Amino acid sequence: MKINNVPIDLLLPSMLEATGMVLKIFFLTILFAVPLGFLVALGRRSKCVFLSGPIRVYQLIFRGTPLMLQLIFFMYAPYYLFDFSFGRFQACILAFVINYAAYFGEIFRGGIDSIPVGQFEAAKVLGYSKVQTFFRIILPQVAKCVTPAMGNELMTLVKDTSLAQVISVSELFNVAFNAGSRYFSTVPIIIAGIFYLIMNTIVEMTFKRLEKKLQYGGR
Amino acid sequence: MLVRAEGIKKSFNGTEVLKEISLGVEEGEVVAIIGPSGSGKSTLLRCLTQLETVDEGNIVINEKELVTMQKDKAVYAKSAIQHQIRMDTGLVFQSFHLFPHYSVKKNIMDPQIRVLKREKKEAEKIAGNLLAKLNLSDRADAYPNELSGGQQQRVAIARALALNPKVLFFDEPTSALDPELTGEVLKVIKELAKEKMTMVIVTHEMAFARDVADHVIFMDEGTIIEEGTPEEVFGNTEKERTKVFLKRYLENAWES
Ligand SMILES: Nc1ncnc2c1ncn2[C@@H]1O[C@H](COP(=O)(O)OP(=O)(O)OP(=O)(O)O)[C@@H](O)[C@H]1O
Ligand SMILES: [Mg+2]
Repeated sequence: MKINNVPIDLLLPSMLEATGMVLKIFFLTILFAVPLGFLVALGRRSKCVFLSGPIRVYQLIFRGTPLMLQLIFFMYAPYYLFDFSFGRFQACILAFVINYAAYFGEIFRGGIDSIPVGQFEAAKVLGYSKVQTFFRIILPQVAKCVTPAMGNELMTLVKDTSLAQVISVSELFNVAFNAGSRYFSTVPIIIAGIFYLIMNTIVEMTFKRLEKKLQYGGR
Repeated sequence: MLVRAEGIKKSFNGTEVLKEISLGVEEGEVVAIIGPSGSGKSTLLRCLTQLETVDEGNIVINEKELVTMQKDKAVYAKSAIQHQIRMDTGLVFQSFHLFPHYSVKKNIMDPQIRVLKREKKEAEKIAGNLLAKLNLSDRADAYPNELSGGQQQRVAIARALALNPKVLFFDEPTSALDPELTGEVLKVIKELAKEKMTMVIVTHEMAFARDVADHVIFMDEGTIIEEGTPEEVFGNTEKERTKVFLKRYLENAWES
């Protein structure tokens, strides 16, 4: 089957495989960057400036420079610095995790800061330990208030996976772009666009449901 | 004596907020603390409930030393003792601070289960009894943001009582409430007083303090200006400062 001279039946399997790579980057980034983001948020809130200071600098660097540049850095810099390199895929995941943890850290910090001190104080007076207070009282409330921002962030993440093409990771955009130039056609790019849109529709719907589930009370 | 505090001093960035405060609370006694805004009433309660640390002074609660002066320095007890003392005290806040993600029933059950390690069944029974007592049984499954302020404050009182504190502190329990909701909370406190619950209540409801307290403390600028029975403080005070303060509250109505 051909559309606009592009053999769709040949192209589709490789594009599906590339979508698998997008999903791999997506889920691995979430898996590592969410817990790391929480540690970043707690570190930023620390009264010890030797902890909060460096973490702030880290966040500034990784939020203040292009992710594309960071990908190239993790791919090639270790070789020049330490005579050692990560694999393409590891370098890619490393860059995404460290980059997204910086953003998540900021979102979680805002979430924790928005919890009234009264909640911490009530828990303390009732005798909850610090760990219990965090997991039973604070975290559920933070989860509710960061959900919209996280939904936003994860939709961006789906699209950002296309940046991995700079270090030749064969993700969806890379495969579609190469096919497009091979067949002199925009059809592969349009198909890729539809794939991204489908993935983000799923993300959007998941977060809608999550928001509803985390809702409590009537008002 | 259930609560004894001696020579409590507390400063915030160089400003002395509590200047040598001493007080004692007997078992079963209701103490009312009154005084103008900024006189240090909340700070005193926060020191007694371990939300703040004192700079100087001794505090003994239920025969356990929380803080003692050793070589001119305030030294706090080990954290295990601090926790025991924390479980002997309860605090009801001006703005309730219920946990918004838990239902009314769970607000009262969760601390019992997590902190006192009670069985779920037992915690549920205790919560049920308290809700019935405070006339809130039909709101057990509601969330805090579905309740009126008066109802929220009664839940907060139930949450504190469920842990069987020896002494319950109240910091202006009705100040965040509309006047028509104040009565239902004061009624609950009065009920507790009849049952000989030991309570220390910071309040601006003078008529209520006069009605329910065994002992009244008038604080101003971080010191206790005078204290005594309600008759002594409200009836025939000699102190000029108390007179001036009370005059402003003359028309306050509390029908018991
Ligand atoms: N955490 C804090 N940091 C700095 N200053 C504080 C702090 N808490 C209280 N203060 C100051 O201590 C003084 C006493 O405050 P406190 O809240 O104890 O007064 P209060 O008698 O409870 O007043 P109100 O009737 O308005 O509640 C005030 O001048 C207040 O500004
Ligand atoms: Mg106060």
